[in-house]
Amino acid sequence: MEYQTVRTTCTYCGTGCGVLLEVLDGEVVGTLPQKDHPINEGKLCIKGWSAHEFIYADGRLTKPLVRKGDKLEEASWDEALDFVAKRLLELKKKNGPDSLGCFSSAKCTNEENYLLQKIFRAVIGTNNVDHCARL
Amino acid sequence: MTNSVPEFEDADCILITGSNTTSSHPLIASRVMKAKEKGAKIIVIDPRKNHIASLADIHVKQNLGSDVAWINGLMHIILKEGWQNQTFIDERTEGFEDLKKAVEAYTPEKAEEISGIPKETLREIAELYAKSEKSSIIYCMGITQHITGTDNVKSLANLAMLTGQIGRPSTGVNPLRGQNNVQGSTDMAAIPNKYPGYQDVTNDEIREKFEKAWGGPLSPKVGLTVVEMINAIEEGKLKGLYILGENPMISDPDSTHVEKALDDVEFLVVQDIFLTETAKKADVVLPGASFAEKDGTYTGTDRRVQKIRKAIDPLGEAKPDWEILCLVGKALGGKGFDFQSPREVFDELAELTPIYHGIDYDRIEKEIIHWPCREKDDPGSPYLHKDGFARGKGLFTPIEYKPPAELPDDEYPYQLTTGRLPFHYHTGTMTRVSPSLTHEINEAYIELHPQDAKALGVKHGERVRVSSRRGAIEVKVLVTSGIKQGVAFIPFHFAEAAANRLTNSAALDPIAKIPEYKVCAIKIEKINGREG
Repeated sequence: MEYQTVRTTCTYCGTGCGVLLEVLDGEVVGTLPQKDHPINEGKLCIKGWSAHEFIYADGRLTKPLVRKGDKLEEASWDEALDFVAKRLLELKKKNGPDSLGCFSSAKCTNEENYLLQKIFRAVIGTNNVDHCARL
Repeated sequence: MTNSVPEFEDADCILITGSNTTSSHPLIASRVMKAKEKGAKIIVIDPRKNHIASLADIHVKQNLGSDVAWINGLMHIILKEGWQNQTFIDERTEGFEDLKKAVEAYTPEKAEEISGIPKETLREIAELYAKSEKSSIIYCMGITQHITGTDNVKSLANLAMLTGQIGRPSTGVNPLRGQNNVQGSTDMAAIPNKYPGYQDVTNDEIREKFEKAWGGPLSPKVGLTVVEMINAIEEGKLKGLYILGENPMISDPDSTHVEKALDDVEFLVVQDIFLTETAKKADVVLPGASFAEKDGTYTGTDRRVQKIRKAIDPLGEAKPDWEILCLVGKALGGKGFDFQSPREVFDELAELTPIYHGIDYDRIEKEIIHWPCREKDDPGSPYLHKDGFARGKGLFTPIEYKPPAELPDDEYPYQLTTGRLPFHYHTGTMTRVSPSLTHEINEAYIELHPQDAKALGVKHGERVRVSSRRGAIEVKVLVTSGIKQGVAFIPFHFAEAAANRLTNSAALDPIAKIPEYKVCAIKIEKINGREG
């Protein structure tokens, strides 16, 4: 058996508790509190202790989906990305950049938020960028 | 937050309002409890007797949406008694005379009449907060999710400046951020009027800096907020929407309206880890990765930039979200998306973001850094406003009380407020598939005061139909004296009985554009024929 712990940050609230993900034979099997983390000092709440439980939940998306008629059907990455680019560029050409917008994510990383707003500001050309901070 | 989380422990007085701290931020609540053990006085002003309120030295239930009135009332008392910090006011602030004039009318009697908080209690709170050596304010969405959200926050800032309870350790005005990276996504300009690091999109010099860095012209026009984009779809102005890791079908007010907009929008892309209610509406769904499957950084509620680390590969063909976004950027013909790792993305964003400029992956591997951190030898800033405010002197803003947008009437006689449970998280996409958490609770309920339950003829555990002008849901009743009479509470995590079918999206704070989730008018009816 191969066992390791990975130091990371809890993904639930904004407190930012330090956690250790327990990885057994390539699978995340538990979450532990970091004893040396200045915020949680070895403690976690019930959500923190369960932070790994949703990772393998039924319904995790593992393939791109593209709408065909009423249904979302599995597609390749190339097909999905081409479709996204084609439609967004068509709409931009027809209705202007301010006809497009994005909701970024308070659950995603700084790097990911930076990239999405860069796409909309620099490539699409609109400041229609927001996220659920208010909600 | 103006101050950092560990500092709460050394406060002498902590005023908590609109935050169910134990439920929503348990490890911050534990700092509050430590402060109490060390002798701090805890004051909670909240329409519900939540867990932190039950530990408080003083807990009062204010009328929904009356916050400006009681805060002005506290300032009125402080000035009458001479408890203000005149040195701080003289040296660090401006606009004091205007504030003084504005709070003159908020006598203890008037503040009591509007807020329902007895004037004697207001005096006690004013004295404790003003006269303690280190007083700290904690607030959350109970303060901001009102049409007067901005006014409420400014009022709390007025109170802190009036008493000099800011700019020192264990003081300050401290909003608790609900999502792991809501601070970071705001810092990274997932907002319509700023570039990363709160640099204005309307400032020519700033815009030129980003045009140079990103290699092309940028729009000088402020964009639309979430709620405005939903409305723009209905007006036929917004045709395409890209949603990253959000579930507006559940999280946004007035879900019926949101659902129609998502059905109507010409092209919808959703990038998520689950096929959420929102993703089901999409034209393309891109499978992202959970926090265990990627590297990156989150910025905590106290501006602390921390790493997340990849523990396993993404499931199936899913990809880390940063990688997907680089692919989308390139597919659209964009330049500057050839990143090989999140570290490279961070280096670019830190270069362009003065408050992150001194931070890098090597430093946060070894030290805790709170922004602003401007240079590599800058240790960062656990607390803000030590020697001055961002604009130089702190500006007092006179604020007048305004009632909530929707008040109870004959048809909708009760008031609804919404919030979170300790066991679930936001729209429940992560927690409701987690066995340990669904074991605790897995359905919505409505908290009713015993007098209200009696008047409605309903008992604990019976089901009621709750409706507002926007929609209706059915839920189980939980009778508790912890809630203010005339007010009902429903947690918003549960899609099948979504509290946001009821909330009022038409009422927005004019500046922050935040919807008034915390107050709307409802009707409650017993569902007959269910009793055995």
